[in-house]
Amino acid sequence: MKAKVHVTLKNGVLDPQGKAVQHALGALGFGGVDEVRQGKYIELDLAETDADAAREHVEQMCEKLLANTVIEDYEIEIANT
Amino acid sequence: MKSAVIVFPASNCDRDAQVALRDISGTEPVMVWHRDTEMPDVDLIVVPGGFSYGDYLRSGAMAARSPIIKSVVARANAGVPVLGICNGFQVLTETGLLPGALMRNAGLKFVCRDVWLKVEDAVETPFTAGYNPGQVVRIPIAHHDGNYFADDDTLDRLEDEGRVAFRYCEADGSLSDTANPNGSRRHIAGIVNEAGNVLGMMPHPERLIDGALGGSDGRAMFEGLLRTLH
Repeated sequence: MKAKVHVTLKNGVLDPQGKAVQHALGALGFGGVDEVRQGKYIELDLAETDADAAREHVEQMCEKLLANTVIEDYEIEIANT
Repeated sequence: MKSAVIVFPASNCDRDAQVALRDISGTEPVMVWHRDTEMPDVDLIVVPGGFSYGDYLRSGAMAARSPIIKSVVARANAGVPVLGICNGFQVLTETGLLPGALMRNAGLKFVCRDVWLKVEDAVETPFTAGYNPGQVVRIPIAHHDGNYFADDDTLDRLEDEGRVAFRYCEADGSLSDTANPNGSRRHIAGIVNEAGNVLGMMPHPERLIDGALGGSDGRAMFEGLLRTLH
C-alpha cells in the first residue's frame, strides 16, 4: 500500500520561502493571497498490507527521519492502491 | 591533542579543519569516513562544514543518521569535546545533541562573508577558552541554512544556563538586526550542550587561522582547545 506524507512547518515558525512565493504571486497580479506556507510531499510504497500497521510504521519514519519535529509537523495518509 | 575529523560525502571544510588542527596541535588528525563505525580514541571530534549528502531532505538530516554518528553521540555523552561547524552544527541539531534547528536564511540568499561575533560572557567551555569573555572576533560565514530557530522556552533556558557561545554583532559588540546575517533568533551563532562539551556554530573558525588567509581570529579557538585538553 501507499503512504502519502505531508511535512509542513509548524505554526509560529517563520517560513521565508513561503513569504517569497507570496510576494511573487502578488507581483504576478494574484491578489488576495493572505499567506503561503511551503512544505514537502513524500510518497512511500510499502510492502505492508495492514493499514494500521502501515500508519504506525510511517509514523516512526516521520519521527526518526522524514520530519524534524523541532520545526515541522507531518500528516500521514494511507491508501490501498 | 589527538583529534578526528568526520568526512561525509560532500563535506567540503574537512580539509580546512585538518590543516587547522595539524598546524595548531602539531598532531595529524584522523580523518574518519562516515561509513566507519569505530571512532578512534581522540581528545576532540570535529564535524566539519559542507553539504553532506547534498543537503537532501534537510541540511544535516542524512548525515545525522550515518553509521559513524552513533559513536559520535556515545563519545559526546561520555564527555569528549565535539565541535560542529556550519553543516556540522546542522548535523548536531539533527542528532539531538544540540537543541533547535537551522532553517533557510531569512533573506533566502546564500551568505558568504566575514561577520563579527561576540564571545558571550557567561559561557565557559574548552572551545571559548582561547577568547576573553565579551571579546569581538571576525570569522567568516558561508551558508544557506544558518537561521537558528528554537522555541522561546528553549532559548530562555540556553540563555539562563549560559549556553549561548557566540552571537552575531556589530564591530563594537552591539547587537542589531543588520548585523544578523541570517535571521537567527536572538542573534545566536553558536551554542553548547548542557555539559558544555558539544559546540555547534555556523561561522568557520578553521578558515581564519593564519594572517596569510586574511585573519587569524579563528586560531584562538583551536589554541584554547589545545591548552584545555592538554
